[in-house]
Amino acid sequence: MSNQSSEAISVLEAYKLSKQVSSPEGTLTILSDVSFTIAAGESVAVVGPSGAGKSTLLALLAGLDLPSTGHVVLNGSNLSRLDEDGRAVLRAESVGFVFQSFHLVPSLNALENVMLPLELAGQSNARAAALEIIEKVGLGERWSHYPAQLSGGEKQRVAIARAFATEPAVLFADEPTGNLDSRTGATIMQLMFKLNRESSTTLVLVTHDQALAARCDRILSLDVGKLVSDTRAAV
Amino acid sequence: MKALAFALRSFSRELRSGEVLVLLVAVGLAVAALTAVGFLTDRIGKAVARQANEVLAADLRLRSQVPVPEEWRDLAREYNLETADTLSFPSVVFKNDDSALATIKIVSDGYPLRGKVRIADTLFGEQRAVDGIPASGEVWADGSLLARVGADVGDTLAVGELNLRVTAILTYRPDQSIGFASLAPSLIMNIADASQSGLIGEGSRVAYALLVAGDEAAVTDFNDAIQDILPDEIRVRSQEESSERAYNAADRAQRFLSLTAVISLLLSAVAVAMSARRFAHRRMDTVALMKSLGATQGFVISVALVQLLLLGVLGVVAGSVVGFAAEELLSRILIDLLQQGELPGVGLRPVILACSSAMVLLLGFALPSLIQLRNTPPLRILRHDVMPPPPSRIFVAGLSLAAVAALLYRSVGDPVMLLILIGGIIVIAGLLYLLGRLMVAVIGRARSGVGVAWRYGLANVARRGRDSAVQVVAFGLGITVLLLLTLVRTDLLEGWRSTLEDDAPNHFLINIQPHELDSVGKLFELSEIEAPVFTPMVRARMVSINDESVKDREYPNEDGKWLANREANLSWTEAMSSSNELLEGAWWPAGYRGPPLASIESEAAANAGFSIGDRLKFVIAGREVEAEISSIRKINWDSFQPNFFIVLSPGALDGMPTTYISSLRIAAEKQPMLIDLMRAHPSVSVIDLGAILEQVRGIIEKASLAVQAVFMFTLAAGIAVLFAAVQSTIDERRFESAMLRALGAKRRTVFAGVMAEFAALGTAAGVLASAGASVLAYLVATRMFDLAYSFSPMLWLAGVSGGVLVVCVSGYFAARSAVNSRPADVLREVNT
Ligand SMILES: Nc1ncnc2c1ncn2[C@@H]1O[C@H](COP(=O)(O)OP(=O)(O)OP(=O)(O)O)[C@@H](O)[C@H]1O
Ligand SMILES: [Mg+2]
Repeated sequence: MSNQSSEAISVLEAYKLSKQVSSPEGTLTILSDVSFTIAAGESVAVVGPSGAGKSTLLALLAGLDLPSTGHVVLNGSNLSRLDEDGRAVLRAESVGFVFQSFHLVPSLNALENVMLPLELAGQSNARAAALEIIEKVGLGERWSHYPAQLSGGEKQRVAIARAFATEPAVLFADEPTGNLDSRTGATIMQLMFKLNRESSTTLVLVTHDQALAARCDRILSLDVGKLVSDTRAAV
Repeated sequence: MKALAFALRSFSRELRSGEVLVLLVAVGLAVAALTAVGFLTDRIGKAVARQANEVLAADLRLRSQVPVPEEWRDLAREYNLETADTLSFPSVVFKNDDSALATIKIVSDGYPLRGKVRIADTLFGEQRAVDGIPASGEVWADGSLLARVGADVGDTLAVGELNLRVTAILTYRPDQSIGFASLAPSLIMNIADASQSGLIGEGSRVAYALLVAGDEAAVTDFNDAIQDILPDEIRVRSQEESSERAYNAADRAQRFLSLTAVISLLLSAVAVAMSARRFAHRRMDTVALMKSLGATQGFVISVALVQLLLLGVLGVVAGSVVGFAAEELLSRILIDLLQQGELPGVGLRPVILACSSAMVLLLGFALPSLIQLRNTPPLRILRHDVMPPPPSRIFVAGLSLAAVAALLYRSVGDPVMLLILIGGIIVIAGLLYLLGRLMVAVIGRARSGVGVAWRYGLANVARRGRDSAVQVVAFGLGITVLLLLTLVRTDLLEGWRSTLEDDAPNHFLINIQPHELDSVGKLFELSEIEAPVFTPMVRARMVSINDESVKDREYPNEDGKWLANREANLSWTEAMSSSNELLEGAWWPAGYRGPPLASIESEAAANAGFSIGDRLKFVIAGREVEAEISSIRKINWDSFQPNFFIVLSPGALDGMPTTYISSLRIAAEKQPMLIDLMRAHPSVSVIDLGAILEQVRGIIEKASLAVQAVFMFTLAAGIAVLFAAVQSTIDERRFESAMLRALGAKRRTVFAGVMAEFAALGTAAGVLASAGASVLAYLVATRMFDLAYSFSPMLWLAGVSGGVLVVCVSGYFAARSAVNSRPADVLREVNT
């Protein structure tokens, strides 16, 4: 599978991305001239020191924000050509997220949090599908618990279940283990890679953890807003 | 559709979570307050109006120069109204050789329909209220009438061709103030005796009246129904025309009640606005998340809107229940005042009005926040500091003002007053905001010189610049309207007190001939009563205005036509009466003896379409006098001074047949001298204003009580609403205090910090509110209530201390739970 021609089915394409923001000290370039292509089913780690622009890049790739110049093609659509709602619809169809701080809706219980994207995508059997995936992440007993009643690791499991629930083409994860101890972090990543394999999702993972990055097919290194290396793990 | 389904599904979850509780409470509170105030104003308004209607002895009075046709009675019956007939006319009554002019009042069963007649068994004896009317063959007569003819209870009087036995002294009839300036002492007899008396027929000056009373709505319907088919000779009088004095008090009470309704509305608006803001803010993270999960803007806003509406409905239902309970409770407490049982129930009307008002407020104030919510950038999911662009201030202000204005218009009615109020609100809110920001900046600077708690608190105020300023606006507006209410209430009660004072004139003397002035004056001197001022009065008929005949002329309304066509009472004077106020033009100079000038009462001028420069021609005893209008005045009817709609300049009426009238106070123990006066000057009529004064006092006392009751209630509701507003700002403080405590701050320190913040907010709000209320109260007092406004330094004290107190006390309760919750719990909630 991984030795199929990866150029043929690219699911994510960054073309000369730069991002400038204005600050009191003048214009600040936080990303400059970043280009790469990610093939379907690939798992890619984005690494770099704090402040390198990793989260910014992720936001651009997922269409949460627009680049100052350059563009992103996600699943065949140029994000810069879509309006905010267009990007939202695209995200609903083909994107999943896992965040460092889990971003569960506090007023919804675990099951309802997982149902959320399914409901947004208009799936009729949201509940059944959500229950199934919640079972898979090992929270079958605790589906009715609210985020405040769950530990960090459990919250992240819910978040992962939510991300995979819609079977997205691309899964973005921004330091998913950043708020967890190393043991819990390891189990969480185990779970993520497993689900990723099962559903042949493309994974874009921002991490500080070299060991974690090494488990990906490919590593993109950023420093001060620039792409400094793009290495593929030996197959 | 998808959004609707989703909104419905997730709504119960939202409710369970308690997230939306504050908004729910605010809406509920608004509805409850509006319902209760609406109920009270409606109820008290009706009670006051009914009391005022006593002056008519009916709700509606159809008067006519010819007998009222039977069909009118039938029509009234069709509307389920009670009716009674009265005939009144002057006639001379005899006891043997003694005679006196009396006002004969012939009444039918049921009279009076409103109020009660009171009688006594002996002259100056104990009086009692009676139901019913004199039996056929009997009369009840005024004590002064009996005194004049030397009769007593049990004697027989000759009335027309009948001999009727006096069975009681008439001490009071509700409608005795109607047309009192031409009244001689009265005598009531049964309508069964009317035809045999021979008094009613060709050439007699009988004023017929059909009294109508019943359910308010039915009376209004009946009144509307007859307007178009009313023949010329029948005129309808409703309460407001019947007695200026009684009407004034009732009218002001009504205005105060409307003002109170307005204020409870504004308070509710503050609470709803604050909690709608919070509603939107709290949802921002969820919206960013939903958007990152692929929700469109339309979806996000639809969901929020549907949920807001559902919340509104829930709040409205909860509020209605509370409001209804409050209504029940209030009507039990105020049973006497409200005349429960006598008045029909108000039903659901206040509830429905309150509910729709709350929904309008909710939409008007929440919509801008929702629209802002719609623009939440999904990037917020990664960078918490990115905020949606704030909604345009013009848009926010426009929408919320439109909502408030729409609702206010119902209570205020008068567009000018509405503009003043809205303008006042805009100016005060704008100033509050600017000053709030200024203060926030100053506080930010000041914090280096204070202890850690204060530094933390003040730093908070400064950091949340815009938010703090918004809070200052909210609290400030709330305090402003409460202060305004307090001020106006004080002024109003103060103004009424003078009417209730005991030295107001209680007697009118009319029909004093010029040659009697000296001897009448002497009689008072003998009884050691201060010599009264005699005001001249000349009967005249207006014939033309600017050479156009009064008959042909067009008038702005029926009252004006009536005024111009009826016999007019004119007077002349050198100086304007102290009970008058010049509105337009100039009073004639002292010593003026030029061509006749006239001064007109403002309402009469408006009704008849008279303005300065118009020439009015009168015929007096066959001679013509033409006077040019040189000024327009307002009359303070509360003064009980003799007053005339039309007053001419000195000399204008020289040589015309003149009589004099006078008003004076005669203490109860000196009143027997009036019998001497009436014997010595039989043609002089003495009118006892005691009963009228008593009526006016009744209304005013009731109105005062009403004003107090509604005031207390609104004050309580206002404080509750401010409380809710403070609650809605507590979220962040919860987190911050947890964090500070986690960092090792003592609970006391954190608490002191939060309180410092509230104290600063409260002070700012109080200072600004005091300033705002002073200005508004001045405008409202002078424009809405015709009251003199007096500046009070107490206001500032009350405003500032009240502001600090309310904000701090409600802040205390809100903050206590925040500060006391375990930091672990709070911090745990945050990382979700
Ligand atoms: N809207 C913005 N305004 C100002 N500065 C910004 C903005 N967005 C990002 N930055 C800055 O750009 C740089 C890159 O931020 P980014 O969050 O992408 O870093 P990161 O690589 O994810 O770092 P970390 O590993 O600490 O999460 C940082 O210095 C950040 O402060
Ligand atoms: Mg980052």
